[in-house]
Amino acid sequence: MTRLTHLQRLEAESIHILREVVAECERPVMLYSIGKDSAVMLHLAMKAFYPAKPPFPLLHVDTTWKFRDMIAFRDKMAQELGLQLLVHINQDGLDRGIGPFTHGSAVHTDVMKTQGLKQALDKYGFDAAFGGARRDEEKSRAKERVFSFRSAQHRWDPKRQRPELWSQYNARKNKGESLRVFPLSNWTELDIWQYIYLENIPIVPLYFAAMRPVVRRDGTLIMVDDDRMPLKPGERPEMRSVRFRTLGCYPLTGAIESEAATLPAIIQEMLLTTSSERQGRVIDHDSAASMEKKKQEGYF
Amino acid sequence: MAHKSDLIATDIQAYLKSHEHKSLLRFITCGSVDDGKSTLIGRLLYESKMIFEDQLSTLEADSKKVGTQGGELDFALLVDGLAAEREQGITIDVAYRFFSTDRRKFIVADTPGHEQYTRNMVTGASTADVAVILIDARKGVLTQTRRHSYIVSLIGIKHVVLAINKMDLVGYSQQIFDTIVTEYREFASQIGLENIVPVPLSALRGDNMLERSSATPWYQGPTLMEYLESVEIEDDLQHRPFRLPVQWVNRPNQDFRGFAGTIASGVIRKGDTIRALPSGRTSKVARIVTHNGDLEQAVAGQSITLTLTDEVDISRGDVIAAAASPPAVADQFQATIIWMHEEAMLPGRPYLIKLGSRTVTGSITAPKYKVNVNTLEHLAAKQLELNEIGVCNLSLDRAVAFDPYTDNRETGGFILIDKISNDTVGAGLLSFALRRAENIHWQALDVNKHARAGLKGQRACVLWFTGLSGAGKSTIANLVEKRLHSLGRHTYTLDGDNVRHGLNKDLGFTDADRVENIRRVAEVSKLMVDAGLIVLVSFISPFRSERRLARELMQPGEFLEVFVDTPLEEAEKRDPKGLYKKARRGELQNFTGIDSPYEAPEKPEIHLRTALSSPEAAAEDIMNKLRDAGMLYPADELSGL
Repeated sequence: MTRLTHLQRLEAESIHILREVVAECERPVMLYSIGKDSAVMLHLAMKAFYPAKPPFPLLHVDTTWKFRDMIAFRDKMAQELGLQLLVHINQDGLDRGIGPFTHGSAVHTDVMKTQGLKQALDKYGFDAAFGGARRDEEKSRAKERVFSFRSAQHRWDPKRQRPELWSQYNARKNKGESLRVFPLSNWTELDIWQYIYLENIPIVPLYFAAMRPVVRRDGTLIMVDDDRMPLKPGERPEMRSVRFRTLGCYPLTGAIESEAATLPAIIQEMLLTTSSERQGRVIDHDSAASMEKKKQEGYF
Repeated sequence: MAHKSDLIATDIQAYLKSHEHKSLLRFITCGSVDDGKSTLIGRLLYESKMIFEDQLSTLEADSKKVGTQGGELDFALLVDGLAAEREQGITIDVAYRFFSTDRRKFIVADTPGHEQYTRNMVTGASTADVAVILIDARKGVLTQTRRHSYIVSLIGIKHVVLAINKMDLVGYSQQIFDTIVTEYREFASQIGLENIVPVPLSALRGDNMLERSSATPWYQGPTLMEYLESVEIEDDLQHRPFRLPVQWVNRPNQDFRGFAGTIASGVIRKGDTIRALPSGRTSKVARIVTHNGDLEQAVAGQSITLTLTDEVDISRGDVIAAAASPPAVADQFQATIIWMHEEAMLPGRPYLIKLGSRTVTGSITAPKYKVNVNTLEHLAAKQLELNEIGVCNLSLDRAVAFDPYTDNRETGGFILIDKISNDTVGAGLLSFALRRAENIHWQALDVNKHARAGLKGQRACVLWFTGLSGAGKSTIANLVEKRLHSLGRHTYTLDGDNVRHGLNKDLGFTDADRVENIRRVAEVSKLMVDAGLIVLVSFISPFRSERRLARELMQPGEFLEVFVDTPLEEAEKRDPKGLYKKARRGELQNFTGIDSPYEAPEKPEIHLRTALSSPEAAAEDIMNKLRDAGMLYPADELSGL
């Protein structure tokens, strides 16, 4: 008898989900956020449809404030894998000069990320979008379905979710309605790292410790990734050995001091650490039920 | 996230190596908040060190603010999810939790225990290998314990932990523990639950959670965690015959045709002989293709792509099976149905049924009985309401390959989807095929529909008049029939009121009866069309689903939906039978347009707006449509038929 390991089971489940969407939906797309979860999701997609390429494009909603390393990595991956990459920027937000330093994280995220995402989905008429969210990330995610049904206005209604039994997913919808699908629902942060290690999946170098210019602001280490970051009086970038546990807009992403420059070292550090990965995300601190509220409004 | 192993700090490589062989266990916890369920899960997360310090400090703050433990850590707060729930202090849906130890990764389905949430428990149980049933030691085996256990057994979970919690509140009494265990075992044997492991616990104090408690020296069994880490989930799915529901056909180019899916049971090796169902064609496995290279064999649970040695026509929804022991193929079944939607299950209404990767249309008969989940009594029922479980016959519009649910959850479990809203409205477990489909052969008669219609110089069809009471359906239908008759056509009118005096006099006006009313009329119309007649049906027929059912019974082009569109105010003003007045006075219940909905057709073949034209003009309109559709061509043109 062959015993499947937990990673083999998780992988099989994710591949099943990816294939189900492609079989049942007309225009799927994969939200590619360039982070480690996206890296795993993309890797699973390459497996699910092999020897064919994944029959859908990648979509990156670019807030224009991502780390430069992320953008370079994004373009390199799409090219190497031979996949179509769509990049969408909320032009209206850009014209209004929306940014994290000038408008704060809440407005910036809403306009450049949430609104930008809705614009992109409407523009291309996608009826299903894969996202790399995991249920272990946050409380309201724990209750979200794998196939998350959204109204024509992209709203998530926790009371109208469809029951999901066995591996039976209901992908049916009326015109204008859409699905957000989360193939990594049952993965944890540890699973993700173990899988990246085992499968040798490329990830953005920012996850590995290196000397980088940072300033400490409100107790968080922010990397000075370009000259758009206004320095407050007395602030001076200093070089420290840091890395990132999650990646997003650089002004909103806290670095941690670390010497971990290899995958085993990262995993070791994570296993010994005492704070959760979302702590580095400024977005969660806005209000207690902030994620739940954002989701209802159409955030991934 | 301090996992306990010393290897993490000393030899991370060795640690990672050992973790590559961890297995996965899914379990469900059943019980109510009062039983300490959230506390139990919260503690498992806490003790397995899956709680980070920032989460812990939030927990400490919350415990002081809204906790129920007098300022001490309230583990329940860790798992109460949505904001609304936190305020109400209840769990309202299925939540999935994750933790892992050095031996296993665990996925916990956390479902509420209240009666109205049978739906959620069935959902959570459907993927679980083990059920943890919580009992409050002070209260013993309750009605809800029986209910949870019944669902666990129905959904086919083979391993049960009887977690007798709050032992600290009964002085860790062995006698109380033994009494509860004896009572539970007696009940469990009645419903076929066999592998039961009782554990005396205090989730709050941590007794027998991870480590053996000194307070229960009389207990020799495993702690909860010891059990969860070691229970053998006998992977008997691998020993069952091979089944691969085909999810997707992979055709990147002319030279490659792969069949992708997740293996539902069994083992497949290169060179094995397979049979594709429902076609029955056989072939051999040429390759088992994966991104990491071809496999020699694959087992239940793996997602793979197969290629075959022959060109066999297989598409999504088919099942590739071991040639020597293929699944049965049938279109009529007995099944247990769990209803999951606020809108009741209506016998006869067509639903989409998704079984494996196949989606077909099917309908359900009235339940043979429903089960009282508290007493397990069988009760008579005409329909199934939200959270009700019943045994019904299921009839599909095409034959599918299947296994009984007790043999295989993936090829014997299905979901029911509403055709209009697309909601998942129920779940079903196939018991066995009814042999009716194979035994009753439709007699292929030489004198067929075309021959009968040809003799009358016409083409058979149904004109289905739908609209509010008083819209003018019968008036217009009558005019149309007169005109057809004068042209020498053979017709018959089925009128709502008249049919209710005879064939349907046993039916009332509830939603369920309305569906049955239409189903019978649709079937009668079908026979009349087969007899070569032009049938005029004049029925309010308020529901889209039933009109669609009637349409789907006929051949394409035979069904013409006539929407007699009269605004409610106008129909009520006419009120030819005085029914609206009665309904407004509350003397008539379930009256369409007043306290029962009318779902207007979306794409009727003929749309008559009676406010804009006379009944005569409307009838003429219909005659023109019939002429245009070639339904009224002269008799001599038909001589060749």
